[in-house]
Amino acid sequence: MKNNQTPEIAIETKNLFIFYGSFAAVSEVNLKIEKQKVTAIIGPSGCGKSTLLRAFNRMNDFVPSSYVTGEVLLSGQNLYGSNIDPVEVRRRIGMVFQKPNPFPKSIYENIAWGARINGFKGNMDELVEQSLRGAALWEEVKDQLQKSAYELSGGQQQRLCIARTIAIQPDIILMDEPASALDPISTLRIEELMQELKKNYTIIIVTHNMQQAARVSDYTAMMMLEKDGSRSGTVIEFSETKKIFTNPKDKRTEDYVTGRFG
Amino acid sequence: MIRKTFESEIQQVKDEVLLLGSMVEHAIIGSVEALKKRDIKASEKIMAEDKEINKKRFAIENQLMILIATQQPMAHDLRLLASCMEIISELERMGDYAKGIANINVRMGDEPLLKPLIDIPRMAQKGADMLHRALTAFVNEDVEAARSIPVEDDEVDGLYNQIYHELMMYIIQDPKTIERANWLLWVAHNLERVADRVTNICERTIFIATGEFSEIKSSDDEFWKGQKK
Repeated sequence: MKNNQTPEIAIETKNLFIFYGSFAAVSEVNLKIEKQKVTAIIGPSGCGKSTLLRAFNRMNDFVPSSYVTGEVLLSGQNLYGSNIDPVEVRRRIGMVFQKPNPFPKSIYENIAWGARINGFKGNMDELVEQSLRGAALWEEVKDQLQKSAYELSGGQQQRLCIARTIAIQPDIILMDEPASALDPISTLRIEELMQELKKNYTIIIVTHNMQQAARVSDYTAMMMLEKDGSRSGTVIEFSETKKIFTNPKDKRTEDYVTGRFG
Repeated sequence: MIRKTFESEIQQVKDEVLLLGSMVEHAIIGSVEALKKRDIKASEKIMAEDKEINKKRFAIENQLMILIATQQPMAHDLRLLASCMEIISELERMGDYAKGIANINVRMGDEPLLKPLIDIPRMAQKGADMLHRALTAFVNEDVEAARSIPVEDDEVDGLYNQIYHELMMYIIQDPKTIERANWLLWVAHNLERVADRVTNICERTIFIATGEFSEIKSSDDEFWKGQKK
């Protein structure tokens, strides 16, 4: 945010509820995610972090009986509006998963494939190089682009998935525990990469690793199950990361970040 | 209870800070007592004990570093451990003031005191008492006490001003007293600084409890306000 300017909002939820059948897995979420920042979603297991993350690009649509009420606004447009194509939503809001999931194809094809089906008509070699550079992988793979993606290490595969995501130039990148299956050095690489990526993209990350949230994010949303015993998760505190980890306002956040709950 | 080990280690650090505080308290009172009685041996003992204070401070610092590195404290825990780092440094400096007073007594040699000490022991007693209560407030995270103790610094400043003016009178009346007056002025100055550092500890206690940095007025400012340009 520039001084004295209203921060630019990339995506916003308004009174968002996410249901599985009659069960509200996530209740009443009102979040404004700032553009070109990293926002972390933290909270104990089963509080709806991943469900909320998946609502940002309609991945929950794949779960039968799931539906939302309220709104998710991308540049002011409700992603759950009747005229919205969910495929287009997922093109504009990419996702990186916990376990690297490259296609069983070459490194090159992993990037080219998505771009091609999205109608990319430019210089493919350039796009592949640019995307791999953007994901800090180019130097390691530039001489072996035809090699199978499966031959890469876990950390490299995850960066390839990030390269694949940025190849189609999304507005937002969602990351669901992107480093939890990686070793510490690969984890730090991904974290460092996120700082580069946020110069061009807005990132929302779900993580169980609180130190990681503290290191990588600008804002943190703390989720917890509602007190009413409904087993429904909600955001109990949303603030700058530095405040969440030094002086949280909610006692439950304090207990969670200090490791006394969850 | 989750984090039982960490909590007992935090408690241990707090106990060690209290122990360091009581060593310093003892040094402050002892240094003035020794000066009052012109007991050089007692002063030499206090100077030697200052090494123990310094050692204890470094041991606590080491303990804090290990806890920060291995436990990754957050929120209240982080504020507490980071503040302990500050508090032990304040205590160690207070120990230095006591050592300074002891040193003055040793350096005075056979010279008699310029005047019997009345206000200086009062200052020492008041400063040590404030320190004691400030550390109790720290352990209990008693914000109310932490805010009220520094107000008592005015009393210490009042005594300091009184001593200052009294010693100036001696100097004006007989310039040969300059050196002996100056020694006592240094003693009073050290004691005045002790009370100032108590204020810093109280500020830390408020920070630990509330997360807010609040600067309580500096008595230095008050003192200089009272002096002519």
